[in-house]
Amino acid sequence: MTTSELTLPPKARPTRARRRVLGAGKQLHAGPVTYVVLAVFALVSLAPLVWTAIAASRTDRRLAQTPPPLWFGGNLFSNLQAAWDQAGLGTAMVNSVFVAGTITVSTVLFATLAGFAFAKLRFRFSGLLLLLTIGTMMIPPQLAVVPLYLWMADLGWSNQLQTVILPSLVTAFGTFFMRQYLVQALPSELVEAARVDGASSLRIVWHVVFPAARPAMAVLGLLTFVFAWNDFLWPIIALNQQNPTVQVALNSLGTGYVPDQSVIMAGALLGTLPLLIAFLLFGKQIVGGIMQGAIKG
Amino acid sequence: MTSSKEALAHSASSAEAAPGTPPGAARGAHGPGGPAADSWRSRLYRWDMKGSPYAFVAPFFILFGAFTLVPLLYTAWYSLHNVQLSSLDHQTWTGLDNYKNLLSSDFFWNALKNTFTIGVISTVPQLLAALGLAHLLNYRLRGSTVWRVVMLTPYATSVAAATLVFTLLYSWDGGMINWLLHFVGVGPVNWRESDWGSQFAVSSIVVWRWTGYNALIYLAAMQAIPADLYESAALDGANRWQQFRHVTVPQLRPTILFTVVVSTIGATQLFGEPLLFGGVSGSKGGSEHQYQTLGLYMYDQGWIVGNLGKASAIAWSMFLILLIIAAVNLLLTRRLRKSQ
Repeated sequence: MTTSELTLPPKARPTRARRRVLGAGKQLHAGPVTYVVLAVFALVSLAPLVWTAIAASRTDRRLAQTPPPLWFGGNLFSNLQAAWDQAGLGTAMVNSVFVAGTITVSTVLFATLAGFAFAKLRFRFSGLLLLLTIGTMMIPPQLAVVPLYLWMADLGWSNQLQTVILPSLVTAFGTFFMRQYLVQALPSELVEAARVDGASSLRIVWHVVFPAARPAMAVLGLLTFVFAWNDFLWPIIALNQQNPTVQVALNSLGTGYVPDQSVIMAGALLGTLPLLIAFLLFGKQIVGGIMQGAIKG
Repeated sequence: MTSSKEALAHSASSAEAAPGTPPGAARGAHGPGGPAADSWRSRLYRWDMKGSPYAFVAPFFILFGAFTLVPLLYTAWYSLHNVQLSSLDHQTWTGLDNYKNLLSSDFFWNALKNTFTIGVISTVPQLLAALGLAHLLNYRLRGSTVWRVVMLTPYATSVAAATLVFTLLYSWDGGMINWLLHFVGVGPVNWRESDWGSQFAVSSIVVWRWTGYNALIYLAAMQAIPADLYESAALDGANRWQQFRHVTVPQLRPTILFTVVVSTIGATQLFGEPLLFGGVSGSKGGSEHQYQTLGLYMYDQGWIVGNLGKASAIAWSMFLILLIIAAVNLLLTRRLRKSQ
């Protein structure tokens, strides 16, 4: 039985063969039609990114002409340079690495601790607290920005990086994610055995919980970094072009800070590049993490 | 049970305190520290047992409370006040005035309508495409990981970067999309100014960024469907489409509901896409406010117009809408459970 047969409409095949094929359920091999449709999806997913690079290698004038450029020009490096210097993408990248890095470390650490407690320890109100965590997972950022802004103004912190770091140090999603993972991945006997050996809770966390949680911590770290890098609403309120994160710098570009479209595209490219590299390196883990979170969520 | 464990732990710790001595001997002699040290240790141990869970959840709840729950309540408080960006120190109680203003404001209803329309035309195609894509990804594929990562790359692109690129793709002159459309005889569309055109354009950014992500969630759920369900369906003579309709979709129902809820929440707070799509005067959502969403309206009222009290009221209106959605979801889930 060839693979091409499998994607033919069922009518085209004799009944017996069809039965056998269908019996295989989800184990079916993909036929050429499947590959073609997937290729179209892939093209739609990637084309805007490729075109960003093409546009970033052209000039503003060329981008206003019809037909639009379909291949690379020679201005990529001068545009990247302009985005780095004029649009402040250089400062922004450094700031974003610091902000997203701090948020990632803190979220993973505190989510693992709290997730462990919810998964394996007994304490009063644990059920209620977990319910609170899940129930508030979806509160939109809009519900926090007005008070945050007023507090920040009181403290005289406007335009300082801690204003965007502090409110994001933990997420309800992270805690729930780690809890769901540790319920399965960490055998209760292991914790009990460590207790029997007289290990303190901190030692148990260090020697038992962290090793068991490591794969999920890595995934949560990647997801949190992506989320923190791309965070938009609060940073554009709290920061300005004097001390931007990448998204703030891109927002300035979008509102005419540098009116050159090819430089804007160079900025969009630069601002996305770190995450694209991360996806290239850790794509498998990120995909796995999202799928894992989906089953358990 | 607990006491014997404690005793065991006890003996282990005294053994630790006297390296080299066999555990039994150490126990008999109560170790170098004597009985006082022992009871101190066991008390410490009990404190540790009792207190550590709270210590472990404390950092999370302190930070989460301080920066999510407390602001939520403060936002409600500010929504009952007149708070102006220009004079933050003068906050006067106004009761429900901000809400009354909203209900009588055309812009609020316009934003609500836009949020709904853009929400529908971004969520429905997105989830349908994701379902189809997941079905394809569920075949045994060559390079399956590569396909999955490729479908997820739009998710790596930030709202800001994606919107800047799409804004250029949708531009009136020299825009890629109008150029491609002219081949099929569709005249240039004014994606910025036209009503449906701009809403379609904004929605397409959302669809582009999230379809792959949702496909992976569906894929995970599809892989958890037991194979024998398909086998028995096949024995009953169900063809592929019938299997998809009568096995895959029902099995996926909880997941579909989950993605509908998450996407709806995302759609309700839609902000970055319309803001940047609008360029210099983005917070207005276009010259006729044709794509001003609630999220955008809130930002506009709060930080462009400078009325933070009204912005708080808009934020709480969004929250109330989400609560209604959550309630409907709860009802649906219950009915779903009953019917199964």
